[in-house]
Amino acid sequence: MAEVTVILPPGVGLHARPAAMFVKAASEASMPITVGRPGEAPVDAKSILAVMGLGAKAGEEIVLVADGDGAEGTLADLKALLETAEE
Amino acid sequence: MASSLTGVGVSPGVGYGPAVAVIDAVPEPPDLPATGSAEQESEAAAAALEAVATDLEARAVKAGGEAQEVLEAQAMMARDPSLATQIAGKCEAGSTAARATYEALGAYADMLAASGSDYLAGRVADLHDIRARTVARLLGVPEPGIPDLSEPSVLVARDLAPADTALLNKDLVTAFVTAEGGPTSHTSILARNYGIPAVVGCPGATDVEPGTLLLVDGANGTVELNPAEVHVSAALAKDAKRRAALAGSGTGPGRTADGHAVALLANIGGPEDVDAAVAAGAEGVGLFRTELSFLDRADAPSETEQVAIYSAVMAGFEGKKVVVRTLDAGADKPLPFMPFGEEPNPAMGVRGLRICMQAPEILATQLAALRTSAASTGAELWVMAPMVADMAEAAWFRSQCHRAGLAGPIGVMVEIPAAALRAKQLGTVADFFSIGSNDLTQYTFAADRQVGAVARLQEAWQPALLDLIALTAEGAAANDTPCGVCGEAAADPLLACVLVGLGVTSLSMSPGAIAGVRSALAAHSLDQCQAAAEAAREAVSAAAAREAARTYLSEMDALGL
Repeated sequence: MAEVTVILPPGVGLHARPAAMFVKAASEASMPITVGRPGEAPVDAKSILAVMGLGAKAGEEIVLVADGDGAEGTLADLKALLETAEE
Repeated sequence: MASSLTGVGVSPGVGYGPAVAVIDAVPEPPDLPATGSAEQESEAAAAALEAVATDLEARAVKAGGEAQEVLEAQAMMARDPSLATQIAGKCEAGSTAARATYEALGAYADMLAASGSDYLAGRVADLHDIRARTVARLLGVPEPGIPDLSEPSVLVARDLAPADTALLNKDLVTAFVTAEGGPTSHTSILARNYGIPAVVGCPGATDVEPGTLLLVDGANGTVELNPAEVHVSAALAKDAKRRAALAGSGTGPGRTADGHAVALLANIGGPEDVDAAVAAGAEGVGLFRTELSFLDRADAPSETEQVAIYSAVMAGFEGKKVVVRTLDAGADKPLPFMPFGEEPNPAMGVRGLRICMQAPEILATQLAALRTSAASTGAELWVMAPMVADMAEAAWFRSQCHRAGLAGPIGVMVEIPAAALRAKQLGTVADFFSIGSNDLTQYTFAADRQVGAVARLQEAWQPALLDLIALTAEGAAANDTPCGVCGEAAADPLLACVLVGLGVTSLSMSPGAIAGVRSALAAHSLDQCQAAAEAAREAVSAAAAREAARTYLSEMDALGL
């Protein structure tokens, strides 16, 4: 079980355009991945509808969790993707 | 079914082809017990969603650019694993594939709508679109939107939304016909932008059987069903000539064949009309109908609010003339914030400038807003009063404008025969005239514009009207007063030449009419226009006047006008 915390940079909210990019990347991974706010029930990171419904905004902290071979590398890639994303 | 339909012609030209219906609604699937097993139902739903997703991706590649990104995101939604889980759960509980899809996508749409994010609210329409497409597949009914066109066709719809037309192959659309909508609806604007003939507000359009051959005239608003072949070829040949003439007319200033300049200006109602006017090569605005922005207002608009609207219009015409008509309320367009009494005959009551004389503070606010807007945008502001009857009214308006600090030309509209008859004297208290041919006809013939039974008398070709226009132009010339026409008369290419022959110095019309008038003028000399005008005035009826003018304007047939 791997876990990373990401602070969404300015202009990057999962309630907006970057959601599709994030879900697309998450969907390419073979293992299950979830995304959520710390302490709250997470949602499937491969579901664009669930991720948009989460509504995480720029500046918010989110937690990514994955389980399986290469989970740590996958989460590091997703974190980097969000931190370098542009609106 | 009738053999013809009539609506409002909003984009000129002739289009012909089989009717293709645009489907705008898919029925809600009934909440009935499923006939198949839960597994079969949920597999059917998954297959339909996959087909919709594949179709969206194909359209994304075709669209390119920003639309591609939107459509790809939409395809991801159709393939969403959480959605599939929700649908499977509902099928498990006994729903049909269609009902389960309908409910699950509806729930997600509601969730996004409640999010408060503009972006997510925009995705609600995407979800509804996926839902309609998927349910249509499951129910075996046509998918919503515009079917793929395989041949030149006439699109027939209730009305069209921007989403319907984003991917439309405009090359295969010969005309639009919609049951609803008006001159400013999306269909009308799109049609004019692409030069596609269109008739909107056409009752019965949605009852036309798909495949019926339609001949659409976007100028006069007629739609003929299954017309005779000889009639079709004649109409298309004439239209081809017209299109060639318009394509060759360019966007330069208006002038006759021998170089006599006649400014071609646009009639507009607000900022939304500016782009079309500029694109048509209008040399400025000849009639800005300021009251149209405030028809639904209970309170008088503030100066700030008016500045915002006027500046948005004037910004499109820096260094160019913008003729603004001050608020023109009356029987046919009451402004709730202006003082109206009950009148037995409102067309002849307190209307136009007369209302402003009773409520001078409303006029003062408007003039101040106009002055500010002109100063900040660099447009050349000309201000004119509607419905001026005599010199006392013209002088009163002039004094109000001076008090408001307006430095540019101050003019009057000539819409009442008394003003036309005394144009020479009126010219001593007005810097310019603008003939409102529609009202001038109404008052000359005592024929109400809104009464169909007297429509025959509402024709601008009536020789008596031509006489009054000639008199106005002569009176104007005595003082070197510019004299324009801003009614429907100016938009008729043949009549426009006659007006120039009568001595009119500028023509203002809806932007779509400018190209036709420009080419008609460019093909004839001032002498020809004058000879046509003289012949028209000698004629004994409106129809005879038109025929007489045509014999002197020899190039009109070649232009297809």
